[in-house]
Amino acid sequence: MTRVAIVGVGHSKFGDRRDVSLPELGFEASKPALLDANITPEDVEFLSVGIAGTWYEDFLPAVVVSEYLGLAGKGLMRCEAACATGSAAVATAYNMVKTGQCDVTMALGIEKMMGVDGPTMTEVIGRAGYYLWEFHNFGMTFPGYYALHATQHMKKYGTTEEQLAKVAVKNHKYGAMNPTAHFQRPITVDDALSSRVVAWPLKLYDCCPVSDGAAAVILASEEKAKTLTDSPVWVESIGISSDTASVSRRSDFLGLRATVKAAEKAFKMANVKPDMFDVADVHDCFTIAEILAYEDLGFCEKGKGGQLVEDGQTEIGGKIPVNVDGGLKAKGHPLGATGTSMIVGLTHQLRKEAGKSQAPIKNGLALAHNVGGTGHYCYVTILRS
Amino acid sequence: MTLKPPKRTLKSRPITFASEIATQKLSEFWSGLEKGEVYASKCRKCGSICFPPVADCSRCLGSEQEWIKLDGKGEIETYTHIAIRPASFKEHEAYTVAVAKMKEGVRVLAWIADANPTEVKIGTKVKLVAKNPESGLTYAFTICN
Repeated sequence: MTRVAIVGVGHSKFGDRRDVSLPELGFEASKPALLDANITPEDVEFLSVGIAGTWYEDFLPAVVVSEYLGLAGKGLMRCEAACATGSAAVATAYNMVKTGQCDVTMALGIEKMMGVDGPTMTEVIGRAGYYLWEFHNFGMTFPGYYALHATQHMKKYGTTEEQLAKVAVKNHKYGAMNPTAHFQRPITVDDALSSRVVAWPLKLYDCCPVSDGAAAVILASEEKAKTLTDSPVWVESIGISSDTASVSRRSDFLGLRATVKAAEKAFKMANVKPDMFDVADVHDCFTIAEILAYEDLGFCEKGKGGQLVEDGQTEIGGKIPVNVDGGLKAKGHPLGATGTSMIVGLTHQLRKEAGKSQAPIKNGLALAHNVGGTGHYCYVTILRS
Repeated sequence: MTLKPPKRTLKSRPITFASEIATQKLSEFWSGLEKGEVYASKCRKCGSICFPPVADCSRCLGSEQEWIKLDGKGEIETYTHIAIRPASFKEHEAYTVAVAKMKEGVRVLAWIADANPTEVKIGTKVKLVAKNPESGLTYAFTICN
């Protein structure tokens, strides 16, 4: 089977994008991706659109977007895997090339969330478990789910609120260097610790924002890639896993089983080990989620994730730079766009064009870890330059 | 934020709906709550005890269940105090959600009724009780002293 290369990437500004419609936002990501690959819409044979939201005025938003991008008539699929929707779109576009069905495909992750009021969005996203058993009577919220993990992790391993705050401080530091990030200002540990409680022990600065945004990735077969670019980034493997909808059916809250399983699959397929990566984007929808990811991906021992960030080992210059594009925390988390945004950021890293937030690239290996829900879905994508 | 609020938007026509959730196959569970009891399902074929209860067993694919009354004794494994609430819970004060492991081995997610946050800890013993308020059948933990 052919290898699959990333030959073009594009990224919109993330943030409050009520100035543009959904298709216009998609255009902001697809146009630079096409220009980067030096191709036209005509060359794209298949489009996967990652959109998680159910709140759009359009029932078929992927079709509206596809038309606007000039891709009507091409193969088209809407993909959904909660907050890992963008990665599901990448996996779909990748598979179309890998299986020889297409030479050039595009994965577009996109979401608009700012037009929905806060309590209603909390209502919708709070249903990201098992509605009948967790929301109907108990009003679970998305921060609430991750708070269940934080509480148990803090008790078992001594992880502190300060260590959680340090994840936020790190990601805001790098977000400030990323012109496409939702938040572009550094924060302090005190800012984070003094922010209001959302779902104890998680506070406002432990939570990523609701954002609008889009990011696009163009994939090509090895043969085609050779004609398009001198600096392909190869998709080495994509590990996919999932877990129960009901969190009460899980044996503990100390990690995400879906991450462990997805990583095992991805590492095995790419024949790599966790200590080989130069840079990683992990799913930091909440600060505790980044700490769980360090441990579940094998960047440190179980229970040592808090220490890893406290020691600065996940900053540039540390053992494994993580979320140096600002992460979901500062870059923003437009659900469907997050997975494709990770691939865009890591492609820039592997091409050594990430500017101020460039990590040293030694092995030419990067990892994207994208979780849907509270470990309901997980996609681990491994890239090589 | 560098972006300004939008100068021009328009609102779509509104849609409202509420899903109808089928609970018929788990009638015994809901009737149990009416009687003040909380049941788990137990597969007649493989013996799997499930909470939330199920009509079909995902382990052995059996579709015959018996109902076992949970003793109610459990221990908190984790919890959170939810301050920022969804739109449909805006009338509630902040509430505490816990996951407890029950004597029978299953875990239950529910509110801790009248929780005093200082009393709620991992390892705290709780009792699971059925509730039948005007707002609808439910169940909750109470702290055992």
